[in-house]
Amino acid sequence: MAFEAVIGLEVHAQLATGSKIFCPCPAKFGAAPNENTCPVCTGMPGVLPVLNRRVVEFAIRTALATSCKVQERSVFARKNYFYPDLPKAYQISQYELPLAVCGHIDIEANGTSRRIGITRIHLEEDAGKLVHAGAFAGAQTSLADLNRCSVPLMEIVSEPDLRTPEEGGAYLRRLRDILVYLEVCDGNMEEGSFRCDANVSVRPKGRKEFGTRAELKNMNSFRNVEKALEHEIRRQIGVIEDGGAVVQETRLWDADAGVTVSMRGKEEAHDYRYFPDPDLLPLHVDAAWVEELGKTIPELPGEKVARLSSRYGIPRYDAELLSSSRMLADIFEASVAAFGGNPKVTANECIQWKEAIVTGRLPPETIAHVVEDRETGTISATASKTLVEMAIETGKPVRQIRDEKGLTQVSDAGALEAIVTKIIAGNPKEVESYRAGKAGLLSFFVGQVMKETRGKANPRVVQEVLKAKLE
Amino acid sequence: MAGIPVHAWTLIEAARAIRDKEISSRELTRALLSRIERIDPKIHGYITVLPETAMREAAVCDEELAGGHTRGPLHGVPVALKDIFCTKGVRTTCASRILDNFDPPYDATVTKKIREAGAVLLGKHNMDEFAMGSSTETSRLGPTRNPWATDRIPGGSSGGTAAAVAAGTCFAGVGTDTGGSIRQPASLCGVVGMKPTYGRVSRYGMIAFASSLDQGGPIARSVPDAAVVLAVIAGHDRRDSTSVDIPVPDFLAATERDVKGMRVGLPREYFAGGLDASVRESVERALKALLSRGAQAVEISLPHTEFALSTYYIIAPAEASSNLARYDGVRYGFRADGGTGLIEMMSRTRGEGFGAEVKRRIMIGTYVLSAGYYEAYYGKAQKVRTLLRRDFTEAFSGVDVILTPTAPTPAFRIGEKVDDPLTMYLSDIYTIPCNLAGIPGISVPCGMSPDGLPIGAQLLGKHFDEEALFAAAAAIEREIPLPRLAPLEE
Repeated sequence: MAFEAVIGLEVHAQLATGSKIFCPCPAKFGAAPNENTCPVCTGMPGVLPVLNRRVVEFAIRTALATSCKVQERSVFARKNYFYPDLPKAYQISQYELPLAVCGHIDIEANGTSRRIGITRIHLEEDAGKLVHAGAFAGAQTSLADLNRCSVPLMEIVSEPDLRTPEEGGAYLRRLRDILVYLEVCDGNMEEGSFRCDANVSVRPKGRKEFGTRAELKNMNSFRNVEKALEHEIRRQIGVIEDGGAVVQETRLWDADAGVTVSMRGKEEAHDYRYFPDPDLLPLHVDAAWVEELGKTIPELPGEKVARLSSRYGIPRYDAELLSSSRMLADIFEASVAAFGGNPKVTANECIQWKEAIVTGRLPPETIAHVVEDRETGTISATASKTLVEMAIETGKPVRQIRDEKGLTQVSDAGALEAIVTKIIAGNPKEVESYRAGKAGLLSFFVGQVMKETRGKANPRVVQEVLKAKLE
Repeated sequence: MAGIPVHAWTLIEAARAIRDKEISSRELTRALLSRIERIDPKIHGYITVLPETAMREAAVCDEELAGGHTRGPLHGVPVALKDIFCTKGVRTTCASRILDNFDPPYDATVTKKIREAGAVLLGKHNMDEFAMGSSTETSRLGPTRNPWATDRIPGGSSGGTAAAVAAGTCFAGVGTDTGGSIRQPASLCGVVGMKPTYGRVSRYGMIAFASSLDQGGPIARSVPDAAVVLAVIAGHDRRDSTSVDIPVPDFLAATERDVKGMRVGLPREYFAGGLDASVRESVERALKALLSRGAQAVEISLPHTEFALSTYYIIAPAEASSNLARYDGVRYGFRADGGTGLIEMMSRTRGEGFGAEVKRRIMIGTYVLSAGYYEAYYGKAQKVRTLLRRDFTEAFSGVDVILTPTAPTPAFRIGEKVDDPLTMYLSDIYTIPCNLAGIPGISVPCGMSPDGLPIGAQLLGKHFDEEALFAAAAAIEREIPLPRLAPLEE
């Protein structure tokens, strides 16, 4: 029997606001334990939450970028459970009435494009972190670091529209790129600022009803999400083919073993006793605000890929790579515009130096300059690579390095003629053999000229001049 | 004010005497501290007394005054707070073992405003544990006694505040009212207590019992005193999303306002069975007082009144079960010894840290929010709450204020109802609807029982119309002169 998987993804994106969702503490990583805390986010008696307006703005912009409908009224609820990293013993989260609903994202996977529905986008606060005994020298008991408490999270829930692990991966990458484009999230899965849980079930192909689903957790990279989905789909098909039934449960992905492991069953599910948080009034979003925020939405990854490939005539694959970062695509376009250079060559350079470009280690005009210098023959391909590496290392303008290091090449035929004449005069035997038909000797002459010019001659021009003189 | 002992002055008199340099803040504070020392052991209105810091604060006030500066309307006047308001560096317990030795790292907005107005903080008042009770008997530190009859309860949960004000061990105090916790003890102790409109006074730093019902407010020995204190603590606070951004009117001026033409609603549901005869007579006297000054009586109906108590006992415990979940022994307060592992530590801490009434309400609240029961209890209670609110909106289309008894009986004896929670809950039957509707209410003394126990009348008003309540209460106060200080032997 042929099976089909049904996958829905829940993404928790940490919003890149300066402060936390319900208090003014910094929301940044990397502070000393419990440094970014105050009475509010540590749940002291008597404190009250106050909603951060920027957080709502970020979520509305995300909603607009994913074609969601922003709800005029949404409500924060309390999700009650006891845990030492949750100081109030409840998490404030939107439950019944989320901020936005009914959106979609278009993806490309296995050569076809698909529209994936988004059920809802809602806001909530993060919990703290526990450090257990032995985690560092002197840690004799479990310790709580509450820096992450109340850091803003946005949960984006997809419809069960995904059918393959590849589609899951494509959806996640596209969603991540959108959030990064909007500058609402840094999109870092390894560091946990972009987290994903998956609901997976399988059913015989053609059947309408969903099978029993398992929830997968603990996947901390795009690759791991795909691998976990692949494994879980295979596992569930195996269970059914062996005559068993899939049970509803939560499973953890063990990346080292490459398997999913049962964490808790349906009957162990918590009763979170959700109820509207009486400390926060319902959130009202007026249409004018949404409209104003709509004007701040930049060109999104999908649109950019289409435009770059059609406008510059570059392969879609290149356009995808360039569009993976707004900054990279901007530098590509600026470099082409700078002197009207070859888009394909420029794209190759941008892709080759992507890492340095997106991390801001490469002065932005570098690509335009090296592409131009190569097209005019001022530098060689080898010199180009050396120059970019040096520009990354020193941060100096690439043309300054070129001139300081003397990495230009001589492409002026007139300037090379004297040297070529000298070489021909100095190697009569080889000249004779060449003229007798030993064409392979041309590279010998080129080598001699390069040696004489200490590598600065443009080999293409040298060849041309040599050929003209030798004939 | 020759001949009147300083502790018997009203707050307004005390503030004026300091401003006019008839007495220094230090002298006044010393006098009150010494009265606390002599009187409070009989009453137990205080959990914490702050002699050193109070004297230091008084000295600062005197210095400022010598330099020609006054901080505000309470400059140099000794007052105290219910032990539910966070006071930076001063133990704040909510009368619970679980907050034993909890020193808040911050001041509540009410605390901050009281300080900014120049008040000297004498200490923190006793209360029912986490404000859950109507008699101050659930305090982990033992009950407060009614200064009018020390074998009786002072009411609750702000019983310590009402008793201290009536005993002259502070000029005024700030209490909290979730279902009557300011008005009922004010009534039982013969003083004035006002629960403002929900959103009028910031809840920031006021330890939460039931967030959608809790509201801080003044307890004082006169209506003008209460007006002065409310003016100090009221106002929008960015730290409380439920506080409302509207101007604070001149409450003191409102106490001078004429009540001629004021329409006074008398809800028939509040004068039905279960009402003590002396309470009925006293409230009728209050009505006559208003009528004699030109007000008119209008009979009204608040048809959903009978559902108020059960609605309250779903919503308040539900919110409390969540609000009190943070007391788990992990970060502050009491932690039980001897547990192995997390769950046991938390269960033991909560088992030993909370008293019986608090546990009862946590269990009720946890139950009504559980999956499968939520709609039947919490969902339905919210709907009834809307109906109750509508009752008042409709009633206020025809009247300016509503007059009712504050409590069904005068103060009962200590221990009398402590083992019968349902009877105890009934002592708040007249005060609870006001919290559910979010409207303001005041209790003003209007009579004495044959046993010499004080009786209060309750006035309810429209949202943010505390002024009408101050006007009507001041009129009753002027027409029915009653002693405000309990007759205590020093």
